[in-house]
Parts: sequence; C-alpha cells; structure tokens
Amino acid sequence: MTAGFFDPASPDAITIARLGWTMFVAAAVILAALTWLTLRALRPGRRAVRARWWIVAGGLAFPVLGLTALLAWSAVATARLSPQTSLTPLRIAVTGHMWWWQVRYTDPATGREIALANELHIPVGRPVWLALGAGDVIHAFWVPALGGKIDMIPGRMHGLRVQAQRAGTYRGQCAEYCGEQHARMALDVVARPPAEFDAWLAAQAWPAAPPAHAQLARGQAVFLAQRCQACHAVRGVTPEVRGATLGPDLTHVGSRRTIAAGTLPTHAAALAGWLADPQAHKPGARMPATRALDGADLRALAAWLESLK
Amino acid sequence: MRARVCFRFGPRPMLASALLLAAALAGCSERRAPAGTDGADPERGRRLLAQFQCGSCHVIPGVEAARGTAGPPLATFGRQSYVAGTLPNDPPALARWLVDPPAVKPGTAMPALGVSPDDARHMAAYLATLR
Repeated sequence: MTAGFFDPASPDAITIARLGWTMFVAAAVILAALTWLTLRALRPGRRAVRARWWIVAGGLAFPVLGLTALLAWSAVATARLSPQTSLTPLRIAVTGHMWWWQVRYTDPATGREIALANELHIPVGRPVWLALGAGDVIHAFWVPALGGKIDMIPGRMHGLRVQAQRAGTYRGQCAEYCGEQHARMALDVVARPPAEFDAWLAAQAWPAAPPAHAQLARGQAVFLAQRCQACHAVRGVTPEVRGATLGPDLTHVGSRRTIAAGTLPTHAAALAGWLADPQAHKPGARMPATRALDGADLRALAAWLESLK
Repeated sequence: MRARVCFRFGPRPMLASALLLAAALAGCSERRAPAGTDGADPERGRRLLAQFQCGSCHVIPGVEAARGTAGPPLATFGRQSYVAGTLPNDPPALARWLVDPPAVKPGTAMPALGVSPDDARHMAAYLATLR
C-alpha cells in the first residue's frame, strides 16, 4: 500500500502532482520573500524606498510575468493529460452505495456482466475507463495514487480514465461525505501485470465453487436458511434472475483483501465477528445482526464465506 | 491559570500527587508473567491476538481496533475463574481452548482459526495479564 498523492502511480497523477508541487513551492518562495521584506520594513531607522520602482517591478511586472509563465505551463501540462474517453480496452462500472462499492466487469469469455464489490483490479499499463454512478446519495471516487476525484451522483453517469504505471495496491476512499459510515467506505485498487489480471478476471467470472466438505455445505445451507440472499448474491447458489444487489455480491468474497469496504481484513474470525454483530464494527450499516444463529451455524457460515475464493 | 492553582493549593499537595502518579505509573510498567506461562511472551501474544482478528468478537485492552461484541469483553480476563464457562482458567487450559474451541465445547460460536499450540501459549500469556 503506497502513500497515494505523494507517490503517484499513473501518468496523469504524476503530471498533476508535479503541477501541485510547483505551485506550492513557488507560493512558498513568494511568501518567504514578502515576509522578509515586511520584517525589513518594520526595522527602526528605515531608509526611504523607491516607491515607484517597487510598484512597477514588484507589484506589476513580477506578478504579470510569473503568473503568465505558470498559466502557460499549467495550460500545456493539463492539455497533455490523457483524453477522457470511454473508448478504452477495458471498461468497469463502479457504483457507490451507503457504504460500499459495487464493481461490475464484462466477462471477456461470455460478454456477460459480473458483479463484484469493494475491490478494483486493473491491468498495469492499459488504460481503463471507470463508469461512475451512485445508488443512493452522492459519493465521490478518489484513489489519490491514480489521480482524479470524481463525484458519483445518483441518476448521472460520470467517468474517469485511469492507467496504472506499475503494479501495486492503491487505496481509494469515498471523498464526499455520505453519512454515518463515510469513513469506512474504502476501496482497494489492485494493479497487476495484464496476464495476471486476465487470469484473475477469468476466475472471478466463475460461479462459487461447490462446498468441499460437510462444514462448508452446512455453511451454505445456513446462508440460504437465514435468507442472506435477500440482499447478497452468490452466483451458482442464489437465483441468477434479478440477483440481489442491496449488499455486496459474495461470490468470491474470500478472495478479497477486506470485508465491509475496508473495515476488517478477510479472515474466518473477522467474518464470524462481523456476521454476529455488524453494528459493532460499522454502526449504521444496512446489515442487521443475526441473533438467530447458534454457535456451530455461525462458525459454518463464516467458514463457507471464507472458502469462496 | 497555572500560577493561580499553585497559589490556592500550595506546593505540597501537588508534590504529593506527583509522587502518587509516579508510583502508579511504576506499578503499571511492571507487568509480571502470570503463573503457568513460563517461556511465553505476552507481547508476542498481543500481536498474535491482533493477527488472528480476535478483536472482531472481543474487546481486548491493548489490541488495536478490538471492539467486537459477539463474544465477552476480555478486559479482566486474568481474574476470570472459567474459560467459556467450562474450563478452569489457567494458561495451559486456555491455550487448549484457543487452538480448537469447538473440540472443548461443541456448541460454541468461537471458530478454530488455525492457531498453533505455540501461538496459543503466547496468546494465553497476554490474556492472563489482563487483570
């Protein structure tokens, strides 16, 4: 995980960071010079200054020349940012919800749409178009290392072209206050070599594997008996038609780095604790606590979810 | 503000409370290894408790983000008489429980998390310090 803005990983983010730093340094130098001049002027025993010279040189010529140079440079730099177009080899739909991210890819093998959640995988070096929308209130997509910060507004489609220059995991965060758990609405962007990415996408396109042993089968039965499928889809287990989208798709939840949009690392213990009382970890989250599960059922359900790699 | 406080209460009570505070802090820093945890490292146990996500079900002092409510809070675990209401609470028994809870108490909600007996010894040593 890298430190976002200070370590940009896309060509556009590098351009923007360079512009930002130049403006910051120039402003700092000017502020320091003005402070020095002010302190000098306050010293006792002042000499007379050439007022006309300071007004013409410092008040007119310097700002006009300096700002014109900065303006020209920033205009050229921003014009060189990559064009915002959806005509990219890969297009991914990202929809903000209170408080998680729905992520949809197109399966290259079948052309069907597959829904995932809370984790975005992209191939290194290839431009990707992110189609950004919102399901309930205004959210904002922001992955500092990849540049840009785009509002996600219900009823509108915004977009952002991103391109990762090197492999890595970049943290994203909802950047528009969207309610109680705005802070726990994180998104991991995993950039990996194109071959690895293709293999990952092919694996994600598969439905959930059948349970490998009796405890996992019990977990799957508990999932259905508790009506978890009212909000969560698990491809291959829950009905395909009108798959539930109130909560994240769980087909491959065990393969993700975290659960509940960055709240807890994916682990059987974390899943059990989350299932038993989501409100303890993310107060206000839409998921209710499961008071009706006995201990063995809870363990089986957590084990089954963790097995969904 | 500070000067006024000194004026009202005089220097002597302040000195006394400073001494008291120092004594209390010295007491805190001295965390003796409880009986039955020979060779186990409570600090390592604390890190293991975080790594195995014990905090997703338990409130555990000293373990970051341990705010779960599914299981009992462990703030005074070292003073507790029984583990899970069945096992006498001594470190070797607790280590057994941590390795495979359902084997000790079949209906428990606490999962077996692949904790090795050695990891469990360190975790038990840390939990025994919570008094």
